[in-house]
Formats: sequence, C-alpha cells, structure tokens
Amino acid sequence: MQWNLSDDRPIYLQLMDTITLAITSGTLAAGSRLPSVRDLAAEASVNPNTMQRALAELERTGLLYSQRTAGRFVTDRTEQITKKRKELAMEQIHIFLSSMKDMGYSAEETVELIRQAIKEG
Amino acid sequence: MANEPILQCTGLCKSYGNKPALENITFALERGRIVGLLGPNGSGKSTLIKLANGLLTPTAGEIRIAGNLPGIETHAQVSYLPERTYLSDWMTANDLLKFFADFYKDFNLDKAAQMLTHLGIQPNDTLKSMSKGTKEKIQLVVVMSREADLYLLDEPIGGVDPAARDYILSTILTNYSETSTVLISTHLISDIEKVLDDVIFLNKGQITLHKSVDDIRSEYGKSVDALFREVFAC
Repeated sequence: MQWNLSDDRPIYLQLMDTITLAITSGTLAAGSRLPSVRDLAAEASVNPNTMQRALAELERTGLLYSQRTAGRFVTDRTEQITKKRKELAMEQIHIFLSSMKDMGYSAEETVELIRQAIKEG
Repeated sequence: MANEPILQCTGLCKSYGNKPALENITFALERGRIVGLLGPNGSGKSTLIKLANGLLTPTAGEIRIAGNLPGIETHAQVSYLPERTYLSDWMTANDLLKFFADFYKDFNLDKAAQMLTHLGIQPNDTLKSMSKGTKEKIQLVVVMSREADLYLLDEPIGGVDPAARDYILSTILTNYSETSTVLISTHLISDIEKVLDDVIFLNKGQITLHKSVDDIRSEYGKSVDALFREVFAC
C-alpha cells in the first residue's frame, strides 16, 4: 500500500482512506487476511494505536471484520466492496463536475470533453 | 498495579535558585503510549526528564514512576537518553554493549548488535573515532535495547541525518509494547508527529496543552508542527 499522509487531516482518517482504496482497487482482496497492527503501523511509519483506531473504525463500517483468534480480514461480501467503490468514484466525479461548472462548462460540454480526452488517450 | 500511570507528576515545581523552571506541573502518562514533550528552548523539558530520573529533586510537589519516587528501583524500569553524551571515549562499540549488558538485567544484547549492523557501525571502532552523529546513534541504540517500562529520550534525533532518523523512529515503533511508554523531547516535530500518540506543550515551565495528535489535527485543522509554530511564534 502507498501511505501518503498529509499534514492537515487526522492521521487515522488518512489511514482509513488508504486501506479503503486498497480494498476497492483489489490490492487487498475480498476475504483476505490483513497483516498485524504492528506490521501495518511499521509499514506506514505511524503509531500502532493510531493504526488500531483506523482498523477499528473500518470494522464498524463493515469493510473489515475480525475473528477472535485468527486475526483481521477484508469482508467477503463483494457487493459491499462494489458499493464502496462506486461511492468513491461518485465523490471524485462530483468534485470534478463542480470545478468544471466553476470554469463555466455545461454538463453536455463536459461530457463531450471527456469523450474527446478518452479518444486522445 | 498495571493500571497505575507509568509517570505521574503532582504539583511538581522546580526552581534553580530563585529562577523557576517548572511551576505546578500535574499530569499522568499511561502505559503503551508514545508521547512528545514539546516546547521552546528553556521551557523546562530537560528539567522534567531529569526530575523523572532522580538527577534533580523537586522544589515542591512530587513525581512518581509506576507509583514510586525516583530511586534505585525506578532506575531499573527507566531507560534514559540524556541530552549530553556521558560515554567514555576509549570504549569501542562492543565494549559499550557489554557494559550495558552487565549493568542492566533487561538489556537485549542481540537486538543491540543487530541495530549497530543496520546503522553500519563497526563493533571495534572506538567512540573517540566516531562522529557526533554516530555517537548519538550508538547511545540511542543502547537505550532502546533495554526492555524498560519507561523510555525518556531527551532530544534523541537532533544530531543524526534524516535517513538514520527514519531508522531510529521505525526502531521506536517496532519496539513498541503495550506495557511501556516512550517520552520524547524534541524540536523536530514534523519528523516525529506520525509516531506520537499524544503531545505535551511546555511553555515557561507550565503545561499549556496535553492532547492526542489526531485530536489536535481535527480541532485545529493543522499539524502539531504548524500549531507549535503558531503558539510559540516569536
């Protein structure tokens, strides 16, 4: 996983984002086992308690679950991962659309520009 | 006993002559935390750490390590990195490791030797032949190789290069245990911020803030480093 942490937001939220992205992109496969808190914390060079907090929050959202002795796993409910993936995509699209709107583009013009950009690769 | 704070200060005061260095400090540190002790020069950071080691005695109030006043018993529990080096120049790196292994029951010789290898320090080099930064590294290696309950690190990374700094921070992280606490005084906040649970801001001998790093970031919308620069702007 790529741990790029910025200065302005709480660290545990950024850790949650990174892990969520790894799950939705498939880097962390559905149903797979997560490394230990200690290993993840060392990999991200963050405090283990902060990593623990991020993982606990992700368990509450249902993307992760833990089994008392076996460790912590990515959910095997793929429909939930698909839903989260779409949610993240929509978030990005809304940000993009609002900046296009700020530049004075209509929805139709924006769609046309996207088609053009894709064609040009 | 395990729930007792590993470090507790109650109404702690220290004056040098009639010059106050710490005024009425009260706080407690739990086990399993990595805490940053931050403050401008002369704010009382080293004084606080020396009091915890029994190198100074309080003018008023008290400081306790796992319930005990600083003394022989607490020296076995506390691993201390002083702001100045106290090691003998004629010693080799290996001599120093043996010296520490002899002195402290909780010293992990294998771990120390492994860390020296990682940092590229030759076991048979004398301290005299080493640069200031290398001496600092080796001193931190021996301090972190103890399996102590409380680590008190006074400016541990000031003199070492950024790459070694990263290695040292990762050492602190991989050493992390739920039963021990690390208190680090430093000016290099941005380097160390991600590693910390909590920070204590010390200003003119008083605690002005004691909060978790993520609480600071969500409350102020900025890093601890940025907040420090703002609070202590000259």
